[in-house]
Amino acid sequence: MQIASAACNKWPAGAKSSGRTVSNDNETRLAGLLRAALGGDEAAYAEFLRLAASLVRPVARRKLGSGSGADPEDIVQETLLAIHLKRHTWRPDAPVLPWVYAIARYKVVDAYRRRGRRVEVDIEDFAETLAAPTSEGASEREIGKALDGLAAGQRKVVSAITVEGRSIAETAQALGMKETAVRVALHRGLAAIAARFGRSGT
Amino acid sequence: MKTDELINALAVDRARPGVRQSHIWLVAGVIGVLVAGLVFFAGIGPRPDIAGAVATLRFLFKFVVTLALAGSAFIVLDRLARPGAARTTNLVWLLLAPALLLGAVGLELLTQPEAQWQMLAVGKNSRVCLTWIPLIGSGPLALFIFALRLGAATRPGLAGVIAGLVAGGVAATFYAAHCTDDSPLFVVTWYPLAVAILGVAGGVAGRLFARW
Repeated sequence: MQIASAACNKWPAGAKSSGRTVSNDNETRLAGLLRAALGGDEAAYAEFLRLAASLVRPVARRKLGSGSGADPEDIVQETLLAIHLKRHTWRPDAPVLPWVYAIARYKVVDAYRRRGRRVEVDIEDFAETLAAPTSEGASEREIGKALDGLAAGQRKVVSAITVEGRSIAETAQALGMKETAVRVALHRGLAAIAARFGRSGT
Repeated sequence: MKTDELINALAVDRARPGVRQSHIWLVAGVIGVLVAGLVFFAGIGPRPDIAGAVATLRFLFKFVVTLALAGSAFIVLDRLARPGAARTTNLVWLLLAPALLLGAVGLELLTQPEAQWQMLAVGKNSRVCLTWIPLIGSGPLALFIFALRLGAATRPGLAGVIAGLVAGGVAATFYAAHCTDDSPLFVVTWYPLAVAILGVAGGVAGRLFARW
């Protein structure tokens, strides 16, 4: 029996693989940032997520290939979202790179699984998609679609903080909400987006 | 949405991270054992002659096997709930209980006359065994699947099967206190079947409910 999926052999195994010094550097940096983040350091957390994204991106590109039609950046975003919501499953004494890569791998496999189902369902949409000029706008991403499906309150908060780049305080002021309510709506909105990723295609 | 925009949102989401997996297992394990015990005592209860039975090696060894199964499968389950923590070699743990049981079977075959083997293996309680181990184990299995949901199993189906083995180990431990068939030949014939029912159910439940 194998733990790794057959679709994803040749995965960088973090500190175990070649390029030992590079991944050791990344390991140390990433683990330090995540530890600081779990201690409440927002800046360290943002830095951690950017670094994780830069590590996952080339792998997602390679795994999806050019012909798959799926957008590797979707995988990156889904992986970041999953990392965020499942960060309690990382043990501070365990290596962080294998953890990040395992989540990314799961999301790649998940994307294939969902596409497999969706292609069966939406054959007629295919011609339309092919004919339409591919506007690679940021909002076209899967996560943008998931955002559109949120309840109005959550959607306003999440898009204010993401797309419009507002802070929690600015969002609270703009929407006439308390900051704690904004935080709750943001967290629930993010969790709902992640849940939609898992469910879409069924 | 651009990735940087998403990162900004994730960074300011200070909602408490989920509960540590070790705490989740502790709660699920304690409640699971309580639920299993409740079903056991309400349904079948220990055998009447248990005071005498605890003095016999065959009776006690059943618990060695079932507890070994629960413990070793749990080690694998815990790793499967955390991304990147499981190695294929971890699955070696799953050989512990079968190895113990097969050793006992060997001794039994050596010490018991061949004419007795069939009677010892078939026993009197096979139907009770196949009914009650899955019944007692279904509560803990549901709790373990829920615990997996809170974790992050990258192989939800496999993790579900292993959750079924842990639940099976717990259930078989209770059931062994009821059953009067103490021969390893009976245990090796029926217990694995009963536990496998939970394993299959766990695999299906894991695929359905432990995705994230």
